[in-house]
Amino acid sequence: MNYSHFVLPFTIGLIVLLAYMLVRFGVWIYKLDSDDKQRILKNIFSIKSLQAIKEIFTESLLHRNIFKTNKVLGYMHMSLAFGWLLLIIGGHIQTWIFYDRLSNPIYIPIFFEYFVHNKAGMLFGEVLTFTMDLILLFILTGVALAYFKRFYSKLFGMKKTTNLKLGDKFALASLWLIFPLRLLAESTAASLHNTGGFLTQNFGNFISGLIPVSFFEPVFWWAYSISLGVFFLSLPFSRYMHIPTELLLIALRKWGVKSKETFDAFADVELHACSRCGICIDPCQMSSTGISKKTPASYFLKSVRDKETNSYDALNCLMCGRCEDKCPVGITTTNQRLAQRINLANERQGDFSYLKDLNYQIKTDVVYFAGCMSHLTPGITRSMIKIFRKAKVNYWFMDEDGSACCGRPQKLAGNLEAMKQLMDFNKKRIVESGAKTIVTSCPICYKVFSEDYKLEIEVLHHTQYLNRLVEQKLLPVQADSKKVVYHDPCELGRGAGIYDEPRKLLTHVATLVATKHEKQDSLCCGGSLGNLEIEAANRSLIAKDVVDELSKPNPDVIATACPLCKKTFIKVSSVQVLDIAELIAMSIPEKNEKSGERKKITVLQEELV
Amino acid sequence: MNKKVVVIGGGITGMEASVQLSALGYSVTILEKEGQLGGHLKDWTVLFPNLRKGNEIVSFLEHGLELQEVNIIYNSKINEIKKINKHYEIILDKQKSITADAILVATGFDLFDAHRKEEFGYGIYENVITSYDLEKIFAQKGEIKTPSGIKPKRIGFIHCVGSRDEKVNNHYCSNVCCVTGVKQAMELKTLIPDAEIFNFYMDMRMFDTHFEELYLESQKKYGINFIRGRLSEANETIDKRIVIKVEDTLTSRPLKMTVDMMVLLVGMEPSKGTKEIANLLNLKMRESGFLKPEDDHTMSNVSNMAGVFFAGTCSGPMSIKYTFTDARAAVTKINCFLKEYELQNRILVN
Repeated sequence: MNYSHFVLPFTIGLIVLLAYMLVRFGVWIYKLDSDDKQRILKNIFSIKSLQAIKEIFTESLLHRNIFKTNKVLGYMHMSLAFGWLLLIIGGHIQTWIFYDRLSNPIYIPIFFEYFVHNKAGMLFGEVLTFTMDLILLFILTGVALAYFKRFYSKLFGMKKTTNLKLGDKFALASLWLIFPLRLLAESTAASLHNTGGFLTQNFGNFISGLIPVSFFEPVFWWAYSISLGVFFLSLPFSRYMHIPTELLLIALRKWGVKSKETFDAFADVELHACSRCGICIDPCQMSSTGISKKTPASYFLKSVRDKETNSYDALNCLMCGRCEDKCPVGITTTNQRLAQRINLANERQGDFSYLKDLNYQIKTDVVYFAGCMSHLTPGITRSMIKIFRKAKVNYWFMDEDGSACCGRPQKLAGNLEAMKQLMDFNKKRIVESGAKTIVTSCPICYKVFSEDYKLEIEVLHHTQYLNRLVEQKLLPVQADSKKVVYHDPCELGRGAGIYDEPRKLLTHVATLVATKHEKQDSLCCGGSLGNLEIEAANRSLIAKDVVDELSKPNPDVIATACPLCKKTFIKVSSVQVLDIAELIAMSIPEKNEKSGERKKITVLQEELV
Repeated sequence: MNKKVVVIGGGITGMEASVQLSALGYSVTILEKEGQLGGHLKDWTVLFPNLRKGNEIVSFLEHGLELQEVNIIYNSKINEIKKINKHYEIILDKQKSITADAILVATGFDLFDAHRKEEFGYGIYENVITSYDLEKIFAQKGEIKTPSGIKPKRIGFIHCVGSRDEKVNNHYCSNVCCVTGVKQAMELKTLIPDAEIFNFYMDMRMFDTHFEELYLESQKKYGINFIRGRLSEANETIDKRIVIKVEDTLTSRPLKMTVDMMVLLVGMEPSKGTKEIANLLNLKMRESGFLKPEDDHTMSNVSNMAGVFFAGTCSGPMSIKYTFTDARAAVTKINCFLKEYELQNRILVN
């Protein structure tokens, strides 16, 4: 007997789900642009696919990244995902061995204990039964944790998850029932046929004293099958869609498909791969300071999925990238937000007709582009000029007068057309100058120059450039005993991956002390141009938190490498705030040659006398 | 036995209120953090709107104190204020303490620190000074020179530095800077008749008696120029002159001008002392940090702590004239309180 009607809910559910996923994945891949499709074709039959499988194993099953953030949460996810997979594999092995053939109906491995009542003589029968019970126990501990988490967080009024949609409720309820029902079904079967392992047999014997098992056995198998069927059918309409979607996301990434700033099929895959685990909520400073509870990526991505985005929510984000850094699924949350800004950008693109009047040609080796924000912090530009002169660099201060913005603020506001006009203007001037290097004092400019301008010359942030000057001994500096902490600007650190040069540079002139949030984990100063909605007082609220944290090691100076961070900190800091360029300029030894010469002359005169 | 009033702060408010409280028969003690009385007034040579000398006011206040018996503790630092029944125990450093039946907080303002507007170049460009620095130059009574040592031919005044500025979280108007700009421009023009003087402003708030007349006089008689536009940034030329970049909002055109000296009209902020005392006494503050009365219309000078009153610029920017008025108003309220007439008992019906 290899069939019973109760297998239908499971079987239909599974087939419908697989068909749906096939179509859904197919449409996503079809909608990718032709370059991305070429990349997939190139890489699908290469080691990249094996790497994808490896990542699927470590991330989608073992949940390594969630483990890093929270061990209990990691265990919960791993026991459910990895345990379930083991259960499926174990079921198949049992089926293959017992029936001695590879091809069996898809429901047999799931309901093996219903169909097989006599395992006598079955190879590894005992071992497999024991193992299957162990796996089930492993999963049930995860389910228990999931119950506990929901109950506990409600009981203590902790972090609330967003309202569940109807599909979520069905999927959640059925997911929670699947494994307890499996336990009941297998245990009642075990008590009837004596086929169970340490868990199901003992539990079955126990409940046989409480309920008429022969009546309840088929009920539990039906219930188990229905819970599986309901879960599969509700999955596409629930947040559990993230489970299959993440598999595709990992594969696409490995095959070379990259996130773009405009919304495409890959972005849509990312969007559906978000499990709303909420790991992005705590690192979000807009949320932790209480300024805006809606800003964290998990809420924003949900609003995009539900097509409920609005301009305010899209713009009320610092774009600091902390959520992106922490996302266990690796969703490019900053690009997601940018894509919505571009979609929602209004038509007012500004009038840049004045740009044509600013054309003149200068030949130089190094272009220095201070950036608008550096113009508001003349301490930085003056330091750079002093350094260029000391190092005898043939430079041109491109935006000293009559300058144009780099274009990044327009991009962050979603106004790509405005950005393009500014970029075209600046690029022409940079190229015409014949320079080999462009140096900027502003990480915001650095990011756009290095990523969007497609310049054929070297683009450096001044920390990189100054580090080179100092290490090549082209700029003399003197260390002193100042104690300095370093604040990584978002656009330079997480935005452009420049962490080492500023630190190396600082150790040349001061004593660098570590703080709680370093490198990828650094905080946003609050001044970010990325947030177009935040009020100035709230910027200071964030800045105060960050300055308090940076001041903990009692530094003499809070050093940063961004004019905007500097300006934002100065308002709230009792500790001196300086840009690295200023610290370097201050460390250039004053030439005492003249007085030295004079001394020599006096000595000579004395000797003469 | 005389009831005791402790006045915290010995500026205009503290001095005038002490004189009046003492005249009403109370035993008054002024706690002054510095070595002398007079607060900011002693740094101001000439006052608007009538260009009278600042030290005339100082001597008026001092003479009042001479006529009355007021105990003054200089260089005092308050460590703690305890409320014991209806009294306050004010603990100074060195374990000294004074009791008070009522406290008048008169801790005043601090000038906005212009370093916080780095784009204006104060502390970076030699020839950028504040209105306070200019007063000190006036006080030296010599020939007017820029910090670089030249006689300025063109001078720019920048209004609203640290006031009405979202970017430094100060949304309020400091009341006195507009007219100070007019006053200082006229003084400079008198001292350097061939100088060109420009005031860059957002709005000219000439609200008080004779202010508007002074403003007109500065234009007609002194030839001071007023340009409506806010400074965006300042640069320095090789010869240390200052390049001012503004948008002239009346002609809607960007404007660039090089001056020999730029004067920043710095606004008022609640003083460090005001914040300290507010924390010690748990006084309510406005978002700006200035002290908040129990009711904006009917309870000015009355704090949320029974027996604690405040007056003068610790409650918001005001000119000397209003500081006097406010000090005297606070005295009336303290007098009522000590005679057990409670303002709070009067009912507000809405």
